[in-house]
Amino acid sequence: MTMTTDHLGPDTGPDTGVGSDSNGDITSGELAGKGMFAIFGGAVVLGALTWLPAGSINWARWVIVTILAYIIGTYVVSRIVESKRHATDRLATAVMTSSFAVVLLPLISVVWTVVDRGSNRFDWAFYTETMRGVVGEGGGAYHAIIGTLIITALAATFSIPFGLFTAIYLVEYGGKTRFAKWVTGLVDVMTGIPSIVAGLFAYAFFVLVDGPGHRSGLAGAIALTLLMTPVVVRASEEMLRLVPNELREASYALGVPKWKTIAKIVLPTAVAGILTGIVLAIARVIGETAPLLITVGIAQGVNYNPFSGRMATLPVFTYNSYAFPTLPRDASLDRAWASALTLVIIVAVLFTGARILSSILKPKGLK
Amino acid sequence: MNRSVTSSPLLSTQNGAAIMPNSAQATQAGIGSAVESDPNAPVDLPNRIDVTDLNIYYGAFKAVEDVSMTINPQSITALIGPSGCGKSTFLRSLNRMHEVIDGAYVEGSVVINDKDLYGPGVDPVAVRRKIGMVFQRPNPFPTMSIADNVLAGKKLNSKRLSKTEGAELVEESLRGANLWNEVKDRLDKPGSSLSGGQQQRLCIARAIAVSPDVLLMDEPCSALDPISTLAIEELMLELKRTYNIVIVTHNMQQAARVSDRTGFFTIEGTGKPGKLVEMDTTEKIFANPAKQETQDYVTGRFG
Repeated sequence: MTMTTDHLGPDTGPDTGVGSDSNGDITSGELAGKGMFAIFGGAVVLGALTWLPAGSINWARWVIVTILAYIIGTYVVSRIVESKRHATDRLATAVMTSSFAVVLLPLISVVWTVVDRGSNRFDWAFYTETMRGVVGEGGGAYHAIIGTLIITALAATFSIPFGLFTAIYLVEYGGKTRFAKWVTGLVDVMTGIPSIVAGLFAYAFFVLVDGPGHRSGLAGAIALTLLMTPVVVRASEEMLRLVPNELREASYALGVPKWKTIAKIVLPTAVAGILTGIVLAIARVIGETAPLLITVGIAQGVNYNPFSGRMATLPVFTYNSYAFPTLPRDASLDRAWASALTLVIIVAVLFTGARILSSILKPKGLK
Repeated sequence: MNRSVTSSPLLSTQNGAAIMPNSAQATQAGIGSAVESDPNAPVDLPNRIDVTDLNIYYGAFKAVEDVSMTINPQSITALIGPSGCGKSTFLRSLNRMHEVIDGAYVEGSVVINDKDLYGPGVDPVAVRRKIGMVFQRPNPFPTMSIADNVLAGKKLNSKRLSKTEGAELVEESLRGANLWNEVKDRLDKPGSSLSGGQQQRLCIARAIAVSPDVLLMDEPCSALDPISTLAIEELMLELKRTYNIVIVTHNMQQAARVSDRTGFFTIEGTGKPGKLVEMDTTEKIFANPAKQETQDYVTGRFG
């Protein structure tokens, strides 16, 4: 059959476009944005209809039915209105968007829950007071914030130079040598170290040096360094490999020595990406609980000295307030949620800062 | 300069340049008379490059075999040949850039101003300051402004430049690269904001800012449109008054248009080393080459 029908956008009916790509006709029906929106709306309504038998709202069922109905609906409608190829395209698009939406749901849920429950104690006192002498309500996480900042900063101070120099070695000097391959392999292994093992290692190390019962911010920082360094290596390595070889050659051809080429050409070109990688690595360790629980413990007051004594940190403070609440229980739980919220805010601030810094440092004119 | 009649074969170079720079280097061969200015005769000026029996290896693989040639200063020498024939490798060996690849080494000698580039104790970094290079794809440093790109060589080599010195060098180099008028109002803009042809001229300005003796160009126009190509070619003709220019090109019209002498490289097959088939004045190579292979290549019957 030859089709010469006019195809007028969405919902032109089942008699148009079918098989249009098999008989030489180069036109086919088109499912415009309005049509897609109608299908999505229909899917949502269909999902909502599933409440009727139960008589109560079931969110999970609503979402699942909506997504399935949307995927099937787009395929069938597109198959009828457009063509087989269009339908396959729509199907793939629908599956991918739905997958993304499904993955996004937990994230939104977590952020929502943390903000919602954390806001109970999102007050001045929480950020200025400690838990010293506090029984029951009140108190704050000032000591834990300070502890987290000090320990994470120490871990970053150790792991950024180690990680960056390892990455420079791997990309610029190691090449395909056996040693470089070994290093790459070991970095992979390090990436897989469970955080509790890193904590036990650091604790065991300090027990050997200092004797049993050692607790200090430094030990925690060492444990975090073990976890953070491989992430820094990996991220920096990727970014350094992205720097075009032509730039290195251009620099060599000007008679610039290799170390200076790396310092003045390669690193500045890659710095934006490296920064993002470093912040990712910090975000990876700032929420670590287990290793800090072993190595640093928890304290009620501020300890500015990372070289001796217990320190409070936000993850451990959160865990402690939640697992061992004092009476009244709600006050403890509120502090735990506010502490979690604080952690999320710190990570968000770090990310925003890195983004801004990256866009300032990014090579101009590179898209 | 006394021209004794050492009968060296056509275009092969003397061996003793480093020892007796002013001694006889006559060529005599089937082309014209050696009495008046023979364009193939080695010119006795500074910055002449004498390549003798050069073999270039990448590890166990021999990429270029047994090349001997004289590259005269104040002229443009073009190297042509099919892809993979080793002409780029040869060009890069002239300023030791091929060594950037692991396992690359050469046998033979490349002598310029009485110094063998591959002699003992020669620092490749110092060689590259004397012999600049322009690459196939324009590669301005993306983190630097136009002015900083021009000054990159000087600055990265720890030369302290006062503001006025820097500004003078920028203007001088950009004028030298015929780019000054186009960019003088936006010297602080990133180099990558320029068009491809302008970027390539920026790279030439960057190369001449370190005042090299020789300028090597590896297919400098292959990524450019005809108008930008014309601009670069005109620039090369100006630059040859000051620099010894060697250019690798796939564009035979370009070789014919700009070069004084042309060398034809070829390769017998994959895995075989590239060889210099013949080298002569550009007119001769394109009009009446001595070898059949050259004839076939320049007339487009092969390659």
